[in-house]
Amino acid sequence: MWYYEKKLQYPVKVRECNPRLAKFLIEQYGGADGELAAALRYLNQRYTIPDKVIGLLNDIGTEEFAHLEMIATMVYKLTKDATPEQIKAAGLGDHYVNHDSALFYSNASGVPFTATYIQAKGDPIADLYEDIAAEEKARATYQWIIDLSDDPDLNDGLKYLREREIVHSLRFREAVEILKEERDKKQFY
Amino acid sequence: MTKKLPPEFYQMLEEIQANDFVIVELNLYLDTHPNDFEAIQQFNDASLKSMEMKIEFEKRFGPLMHFGKSFSNYPWDWIDTPWPWQV
Amino acid sequence: MFTQFKYWKPYVSPFDPCKPIRVKSYSTPPQLYIPFQPPGLPQYPTARQALHCGTLWPDLFSPYPNPEKKGK
Repeated sequence: MWYYEKKLQYPVKVRECNPRLAKFLIEQYGGADGELAAALRYLNQRYTIPDKVIGLLNDIGTEEFAHLEMIATMVYKLTKDATPEQIKAAGLGDHYVNHDSALFYSNASGVPFTATYIQAKGDPIADLYEDIAAEEKARATYQWIIDLSDDPDLNDGLKYLREREIVHSLRFREAVEILKEERDKKQFY
Repeated sequence: MTKKLPPEFYQMLEEIQANDFVIVELNLYLDTHPNDFEAIQQFNDASLKSMEMKIEFEKRFGPLMHFGKSFSNYPWDWIDTPWPWQV
Repeated sequence: MFTQFKYWKPYVSPFDPCKPIRVKSYSTPPQLYIPFQPPGLPQYPTARQALHCGTLWPDLFSPYPNPEKKGK
């Protein structure tokens, strides 16, 4: 089971009301390489991955939920108390009509989240390579959002999340090395 | 409801976030380096420090965790604002 | 030497309508060069610094945007 802790993993700050940036950020909320897809992908792979790397998938999957909460916090703060006019000007008019200011699991273009984002091939190497690719794609998405954003406080949190993708990618690469089982044996050849 | 939080709330919270972050980093590292004795020691030290910091924080600002991982004051203060995204 | 950004010069046609970007760059962060993290890497001196960098180890830190501001 899981326990909730009443704190964010990182102190998220946003300088000003800016629904346009919220629209971009939704990509990391309910998009193909977003935090929800990542969390569900890793936790789901735990059941079939070799025992040696279950712990890693469990822990990175859990951390992804903390990142999902950070993204939600950014979106919440960027849109809180925005007027319908501001929402409309930000290109979120269609969202507003359907959801008011509620968060919705979709990508930046409004395409709803789908289970097809969550790859599960059952082959440990294929799945871990998928995970590495997912981390690199999420890293790239954070880069493009940082490029579009002029909010230094928001970017501080986004740079943190980008760095976490890098560390996760390294850990998945190490998991591949562990499953290859050649790392400690080389010296005996 | 608006409750003005004292600056210590933010200071203590960030100290907890920083220490807990070190714990997460060491945890993921140890998942792929289970024989690193020094890292395990550092992990255990940081975990003990985390518990101590949270006891102090919770005395002043209420429970950080639910389901029996924190104690409650009277009345039940788990449900009090602010929630993390509101802070 | 290890660098976190690489550069390339794309082909530019005289018929390209947008103003050409002569030099493009892409990110090559540290995890690409560390197959398996060695034990005992130096750590940031304080937990707060580690939190703000997003990693405990300076060798894993990757700046963005490119601090050299070269290319696009």
